Amino acid sequence: MSVLRTLALGTALTVAGFGAAHAQAPASPIFDAVKARGTLVCGVNTGLAGFAQPDSQGVWRGLDVDACRAVAIAMFNDATKVRYVPLTAQQRFTAVQSGEVDMMPRNTTWTFQRDVQLGLDFVGTNFYDGQGFMVKKSLGVNSAKELNGATICVQPGTTTELNLTDYFRANNMRFTAVVIERQEEVNAAFFAGRCDSLTTDVSGLASTRASQGAQANDYVILPEVISKEPLAITVRQGDSKWSDLVRWTFFAMLEAEELGLTAANIDSMANSENPAIRRFLGATGDLGQMLGVDNRWAYNIIKTVGNFGESFERNITPLGLPRGVNNLWTKGGLMYSPPLR
Amino acid sequence: MAISNTERSRRSAQGGGFSLQNEAVRAIFWQVLVLGIVALGIWYLVSNTIANLEARRIATGFGFLGREAGLPIGEAMIAYSPTDSYQRALIVGLLNTLKVAVVGIVLATILGTVIGIARLSKNWLLAKIASAYVEVIRNTPLLLQLFLWYTLLQGLPGPRQAMKLGEGVFLSNRGIKVPWPVWDDLHVWVVGALAAGIVGAWVYTRNANATQARTGKRPPVLLPNLGMMVALPIVVWLALGAPLVWDVPALRGFNFVGGATLTPEFAALTVGLVVYTAAFIAEIVRAGILAVPKGQWEAAQAVGLHNNRILNLVILPQALRVIIPPMTSQYLNVTKNSSLAVAIGYPDIVSVANTTLNQTGQAIEGIAIIMAAYLTVSLSISLFMNWYNKRIALVER
Repeated sequence: MSVLRTLALGTALTVAGFGAAHAQAPASPIFDAVKARGTLVCGVNTGLAGFAQPDSQGVWRGLDVDACRAVAIAMFNDATKVRYVPLTAQQRFTAVQSGEVDMMPRNTTWTFQRDVQLGLDFVGTNFYDGQGFMVKKSLGVNSAKELNGATICVQPGTTTELNLTDYFRANNMRFTAVVIERQEEVNAAFFAGRCDSLTTDVSGLASTRASQGAQANDYVILPEVISKEPLAITVRQGDSKWSDLVRWTFFAMLEAEELGLTAANIDSMANSENPAIRRFLGATGDLGQMLGVDNRWAYNIIKTVGNFGESFERNITPLGLPRGVNNLWTKGGLMYSPPLR
Repeated sequence: MAISNTERSRRSAQGGGFSLQNEAVRAIFWQVLVLGIVALGIWYLVSNTIANLEARRIATGFGFLGREAGLPIGEAMIAYSPTDSYQRALIVGLLNTLKVAVVGIVLATILGTVIGIARLSKNWLLAKIASAYVEVIRNTPLLLQLFLWYTLLQGLPGPRQAMKLGEGVFLSNRGIKVPWPVWDDLHVWVVGALAAGIVGAWVYTRNANATQARTGKRPPVLLPNLGMMVALPIVVWLALGAPLVWDVPALRGFNFVGGATLTPEFAALTVGLVVYTAAFIAEIVRAGILAVPKGQWEAAQAVGLHNNRILNLVILPQALRVIIPPMTSQYLNVTKNSSLAVAIGYPDIVSVANTTLNQTGQAIEGIAIIMAAYLTVSLSISLFMNWYNKRIALVER
């Protein structure tokens, strides 16, 4: 049970790090620990198609998984040096805080309180999402504004719950909540008709709807998006060398897309005269060394994982979700990398 | 022997000086040492946790309890809205836990006793059915049974196709909707009359017991007591002009509005806990009855009592002494097992506290609250049952 697990993690927080708090802490504890261990421990969703889910061979795949693999390549030039730890909404913060995982991509909304109070660092938003509602088509509802009096299925322990109450209060509407912990159970309750509507991030709704196969067309996602959900890569606070590496690994994938570098064409770019590309490939400058890793780290990442756009198309596009705000800023989206120089 | 031992130790204590050879000194020495180690261990864990939390810049303390919760809770016994504080949300959760525990304990006791007695029945079919029930139920996991009940209840038709069971009573996958009387200020008098009737009946029964002990004749008890507890409130209610308005549920929009609701989550959890625990209670009851020697039955039959009266007057009072201690454990189990509620969406203390600790990030405080809540409830049940156990213990004359 997750309470037990939280308790165990809490105990870990109590017992672990004996002396570390008192003795002289190393300057970059996480970076050094990952390096010494030789594997990256990555916190991911318990199973969300397109973002993080093991395939039929048990290999984890998805947008989040690609973010983990990219960091593993930067550190060890080996995408397989990752151990994935599935975390529920209730376990995730403690897992990052206590050092059980080194990083956690896209599994939490970047909010003020979490950033300031929880001992976490948010290094970059790798998926812009927003909360929506899904209903049965036969209900005849066309807008979230028509949901007054509805029963709504929701998972606990996320911003989803708070946005839901805020939205109904702001619109002077009432609702009854059915709060169920596990994603499979809450979805089952919705599809059984226990609730009029299911609410979570639109990406999650699309993933759930797609999982219904032929019945998917019986359900509609309402047009209202009621919240901003910048889903960000999270690391533990207190190691800026590690934060920098994770942050710039993500930016490198964005920069590659902007520069037109893909897994397929990056080798043919070796002789490019474009100074930005030459810096990116490590042909000039020493960006990699500044981060404390191989100077060709960015090249290695794109060669194996591809750029951000490739990762998105491979994982998210099959769900039927458009690129939308997750496109590059040059194409009307919000994805923007600071210059790599 | 014992006297000479104490004598010796007292003498050597007076003999003076600190010596581990001395029994009294040695006893104190070890106790202080163990206590010191435990205290040191606790101090180390607490200070290390605080240091680690500080080093990781994690805020601590119970200040968050006063903050606005913002979480929706599906069912609450006291008025609650998301604008209320976390503290109130946690109280709502605790009351929900108590509700399911109390209802579960009462129903499980009744069902368990019936099945336990049925298992001893001379009726072959009845005894075998009861045995099968016990074996099937107690050998499958509770969580699985809860999911089964919850899934069954979700198979009911939606609110727009609800089954109408009677005037204003609807059954759907949103639960059972029943009409509920609207509270009128005059109802205070009716409730007062009921309370007075209960007190009156209690006093009357005591007097009747005393009369029976003195004279051997028992005055009529049932009718006067019923009169005080049932007729009196009704008379008061009629005298006030029979004020009563029903809040009848009606289908409006998505769902039924008005009336009282028995939600599928509460129903599934209660049924699950009752059915599961009853299997264990049945075995306890059966063991308790079998623990009474056969001679007691025969003696009671010899004085010409009916089977029912033998059970009520001779066997059960003796069996209770065997039954109560293991029964206490079952009551504690019902309470603690109710924490599985979160799996099927019933908002109990664990569900609310879990959400709270996640929203606020105060994991250690949240877990501490859950533990304190269960400890308080469990210890209360234990204390009560121990008191009751003492009360019914065999009084030797």
